[in-house]
Amino acid sequence: MSLDRSDVEQIAHLARLQIDAADIDSYGQSLNSILSLVDQMQATNTEGVEPLAHPLDAVQRLRADEVTESNQREVLQSVAPATEEGLFLVPKVIE
Amino acid sequence: MFDKTLAELAQGLERGDFSSSELTQAYLQRINALDSRYNSFITVTEEQALAQAKAADEARAAGNAGALCGLPIAHKDLFCTQGVRTSSASKMLDNFVSPYDATIVSRLKNAGTVMLGKLNMDEFAMGSSNESSFYGAVRNPWDAERVPGGSSGGSAAAVAARLTPAATGSDTGGSIRQPAALCGITGLKPTYGRVSRYGMIAFASSLDQAGPMAQTAEDCGMILNAMAGFDPMDSTSAERDMEDFTAALNQPLAGLKIGLPKEYFSEALDAGVAEQVRNAVTEFEKLGATVKEVSLPNTELCIPAYYILAPAEASSNLSRFDGVRYGYRCDNPVDLEDLYKRSRGEGFGAEVKRRIMVGTYALSAGYYDAYYRKAQQIRRMIQQDFINVLNDVDVIMGPTTPHPAFKLGEKSSDPVSMYMEDIFTLSLNLAGLPGISVPCGQTGGLPVGLQIIGNYFAEAKLLNIAHQFQQTTDWHKQIPAGVEV
Amino acid sequence: MEWEVVIGLEIHVQLATKTKIFSGASTAFGAEPNTQACAVDLALPGTLPVFNENALRMAVMFGLAVNAEIGKRSVFERKNYFYPDLPKGYQTTQLAEPIVGPGFVDIETDEGVQRRVRIHHAHLEEDAGKSLHEDFHGMSGIDLNRAGTPLVEIVSEPDMRSSKEAAAYARKIHAIVTTLGICDGNMAEGSMRCDCNVSVRPKGQEELGTRTELKNINSFRFIERAIDTEVARQIDLIEDGGKVVQETRLYDPDKNETRSMRSKEEANDYRYFPCPDLLPVIIDDSYIEAIRETLPELPDARRDRFMSEYSLSEYDAGVLSAYRPQADYYEQVVKQSGDAKLAANWVMGELAKFLNQNDTDIKDSPVSAEQLGGLLVRIKDNTISGNIAKKVFEIMWSKGGSADEIIEAEGLKQVTDTGAIEKIVDEVIANADKQVEQYKAAEPDKRGKMIGFFMGQVMKATGGKANPGAVTGILKQKLDALCD
Repeated sequence: MSLDRSDVEQIAHLARLQIDAADIDSYGQSLNSILSLVDQMQATNTEGVEPLAHPLDAVQRLRADEVTESNQREVLQSVAPATEEGLFLVPKVIE
Repeated sequence: MFDKTLAELAQGLERGDFSSSELTQAYLQRINALDSRYNSFITVTEEQALAQAKAADEARAAGNAGALCGLPIAHKDLFCTQGVRTSSASKMLDNFVSPYDATIVSRLKNAGTVMLGKLNMDEFAMGSSNESSFYGAVRNPWDAERVPGGSSGGSAAAVAARLTPAATGSDTGGSIRQPAALCGITGLKPTYGRVSRYGMIAFASSLDQAGPMAQTAEDCGMILNAMAGFDPMDSTSAERDMEDFTAALNQPLAGLKIGLPKEYFSEALDAGVAEQVRNAVTEFEKLGATVKEVSLPNTELCIPAYYILAPAEASSNLSRFDGVRYGYRCDNPVDLEDLYKRSRGEGFGAEVKRRIMVGTYALSAGYYDAYYRKAQQIRRMIQQDFINVLNDVDVIMGPTTPHPAFKLGEKSSDPVSMYMEDIFTLSLNLAGLPGISVPCGQTGGLPVGLQIIGNYFAEAKLLNIAHQFQQTTDWHKQIPAGVEV
Repeated sequence: MEWEVVIGLEIHVQLATKTKIFSGASTAFGAEPNTQACAVDLALPGTLPVFNENALRMAVMFGLAVNAEIGKRSVFERKNYFYPDLPKGYQTTQLAEPIVGPGFVDIETDEGVQRRVRIHHAHLEEDAGKSLHEDFHGMSGIDLNRAGTPLVEIVSEPDMRSSKEAAAYARKIHAIVTTLGICDGNMAEGSMRCDCNVSVRPKGQEELGTRTELKNINSFRFIERAIDTEVARQIDLIEDGGKVVQETRLYDPDKNETRSMRSKEEANDYRYFPCPDLLPVIIDDSYIEAIRETLPELPDARRDRFMSEYSLSEYDAGVLSAYRPQADYYEQVVKQSGDAKLAANWVMGELAKFLNQNDTDIKDSPVSAEQLGGLLVRIKDNTISGNIAKKVFEIMWSKGGSADEIIEAEGLKQVTDTGAIEKIVDEVIANADKQVEQYKAAEPDKRGKMIGFFMGQVMKATGGKANPGAVTGILKQKLDALCD
C-alpha cells in the first residue's frame, strides 16, 4: 500500500489540514514509511481474536440526571477567538 | 539542598528547617538562573507559587499539614491549570488559558503542593525526544547535545537538573518511563484507569495515563497518593478503594519471582544498556528474588499496533482544535474550510500533522478492518501475552529503552527510527499495565533505566521493589556533571 | 406508467432529560446563547463525557414501547466530521451496537389504510448546536446550548408507501414518545425532527429506486407536503428521461419545493470508531424488566380501551389517545362529568378549537379538566343548554372560574319553570299571527319543522335560558290546540 500525492491531499482534506504543496511529497514519504511499518501486522493471523478497545474489562458508569453546571459563558468565552452577543463567530455557514 | 528528595524536603518542612515559602523561592530562583540551559519549563508561575507556599505555611502553622503540604512540584503542560496557560507545547494552544483545573491538578493543589510552573513536552505528547515542542527542544542535563526523551522531556530534565523535586507526566506509549530512563530519574506509569484523565489534554484516550516523576520510588509513591483515585468525571476511571502507596515500601523482596522476556534482550539492544540491566537483575537476586526467562512473543507487533491505534484516536481527539471556540485561529479566513485548514495547518507542528493523517487514513472507509480492527486484535494478543506471563511471575523486568539518550536531531527526520525507541514501553499502554522506570546504571556517562512491569493495579508492589533497589544502589542519587546542588 | 412510492423515516427525538447526554449542563429550551454550554459541551481540551442514566432509561422505554429487542450491550462510536455546530469535531453516536434493535409499530391513515412499519433500530446520540445566520459582519454565530442534548434516532425500514402513511407513522412515534413522557413532543422547538428517505419505482418492480433524503422536517403537514413534492419531482425527472441522484435535499415550505443541499454534497467519510472515552453500556434483564414495569398505557392500548370502555368510535378514540396529556385530560373530564361521549365531543370540539386558535398546548390550557367536567355536569342536569355552555366556556377560558360561579354571576341558569315558559309562549304566539296562520295551514306532518321559528322567538325572549325540551313541549301543545 503506497500513497501518492492525491491520496495525501485527500487525507489532509479529510483531516482539514492545510499542507503546503512543497511539503506534500515529504509527508507522503513519511506516511508511506509509517504505513510499511504498520503493514507488518498484516502477516499476523488474528482470526477469531476479539478486538480490544479498552485495556480494562470495565463497563460504562452512569451519571445521575442532575444539573451540575451553571452559566460560565463569560469565562469560557474569554479564550475564544471571536464572539458577539454570546455567540462564537465563524465565517458564514452556508447550508 | 537541591539534591534532597521530596521525602527529605517534607521532613525539613516538618522539622521547620525551612518554610515552604523559602523552599519555593529557592526553586524559583534556581529555575530562573539555570533553565535557559535545558528549556524544561514553558511557563513559570512565580506569583501563584509564592501564594500557594504562603498558604501552605499557614496551614502548617495551623496544624493542617498533610504529607505533601508545601512541597514544590511542576506539571507537564498538558494538564489544565486554571488561570494559567496550558499549551500542550503547541502553537495551537499558545494563547489558551485554561478556565478549569485537571482533576490531578486540583488534587495535588488540595494536598497542599506548590506549583512552580508548566513543563515542556513534545507537542500534544507526540514524540520520544521532546524535539517537537513549539517552545523548542529540551536538553538532557547529562549531555546538552542529547535529547531528554519524550514526551515528558521537560518533566524528566527538570527533575534531573534538580529544578523541581518532582513533576507530573503522562504516558501514552512510554512518555513517562522513557524520559525518566534517559534522564536518570524514577517515573511511574500507573495502571490505565488508576489516575483520572479529566483535564489532561488527550492524545490517545485508551492509552493515556498520568503519573509521577521524581528522584525516587518513595517520592513517586507520595505523589501518586494524591493523584490516584476514582474520578466521576472520567468514565474510564477505575472505581477502587484508596491505597497508601508509601505504606508497603519496606516489604522484603525474598521470594520475588522476576521474569525476563527473551524478546527484550535481542541483538538490537545496546550492549551497555543490556549490561546495566543484567547487573540490576543480579542485585535483585541478592535481595532474594528468583529470575527466569519468559516470553512475550508478540513484542514486535506492539509498534505497528500502537502506531495505528494511537494516531487513530489522536486524529479524532485533535479535531476539536478548529479555531472556533479557543486556541489558534488563522488570520482572515475566507470561508469555513479555510478557517479549519489554515488554523490547523498553521497551529499544529509537523509530527502532529503526520500522526493525524496516519490516523485519519487508518480510520477511513475501506481501511478500518485492515488497520484499526487488526490493531485492536493484536492489542488483545499482546495483553494476553502479559496475562500469561504474569500468572507465572510477580513482575517482568527489562530495559526501559533500547539505547541511552540519543543526539538532538539524530532521529527527528526519520519518524520510524524514532518510533522504534518505544519498543519496550508501548506494550504496557496497549495492555493497560503499570510500569516503573528506575535508574540502574550508566553507559558512556549516560543513565540507563530498568523497567519493572507489574500486574493490573500492582503499583504499590512496583514501588516497593523499586524502593528496595534504591536502598541498596545509588544510581538514583547520581547528578549530571555541571548540575550544582 | 404507474409508480410506487417507497418511504423510510429517520426521526430524531430529543429526550426530556434535565441535563445533556454527557454533561451536567441543563437542556432547558430558550436560554440565552451559550449559557447552557459547559466546558464539556464546548469540547474544552481535557474534558470527558459521562453518560446520563436517564437518557439510557428513556431509550430503553422507547424500545419496549415499539416491541423492539433491547441491546444489552451498546457501544458509543465517534462519527468524525467538521462543522462549527459540532464542537468536538465528531458526534458521539451508536452504529454497530445500538441500544434499540429491530421493532415495529402499527399505523393507520385517515383513509383507513393499515400497515405495520418495521423499525430497523434506534440509537442514542448527541444533538449538535445551532448556526445562526443573521449577519455578524458577514460571519455566522454559533450557539452551543443544544450541543449534547440527548437524542434517540429512530430508523424505520422503507415500509411506507405514501406521504400519508409517513405522516401517520410520524404521528404514531410522536404519540408513543409523548405518552412515555420521554419527549415533550414540541415540534416547533425541534424536539422531534424528521428526515425522509424517498424513492419511486414502477409498480411491481422489486428493486428500489434511487432515494433522496429530505432533511430536518419539523411538522406532520410538512412531511406530507415535502414527500408529495419530492415524489412529483422524481417522477417528472424519470419520465423526462432523467435520473434521480442520491443526495440530501432541503424542503422549502414557503416555495413548496425541495432543493439540493450543495454543502452536504461532498462524499463524507465519517471514520466511525468506538469512542475510547466511553465504555460499553451493559444492561441486564432485571434492568429492562424494571423499566417495563414503569411503562404507562401506550396509545394503541389506550385507544382500544377508549373504544370498549367509553364506546367511542375508532376515530375519536384514536385522536384522544394520540397525545398523552390530551388523553389524561379527557379521562379526567369523563370522570368528572360521567358522560364519555359528551366529554369526547367537548375535548375534540370546543376545547380543541380554543387551543388551536390560541396556539396553546393542552397541558397549558387555561380551562382545566375539572372546570370542563363541572361545565358538562350542568349541561347534563339541564341547568344550562349546550349553547349557553359555549358561552360559559368562553368566559371560563378568558376569565377563569367554575361553571357554577359563571352561571350564577352571569345569570345564565336555564328557565325550567313551565309557568314562566307558558307565559312567554303565549306572548310569542299572540305576536305572530302570520306564522300561526301558516302553521295551521300546513299538513300536520310538516308542522314539526315550523316550530323552529317560535322556538327561536322564545329563546330570544329568554336570552337562551329557557329549557329547550320544555319549550318544545309547550309550543307544540299550544299551537296544536289552535289547529283543532
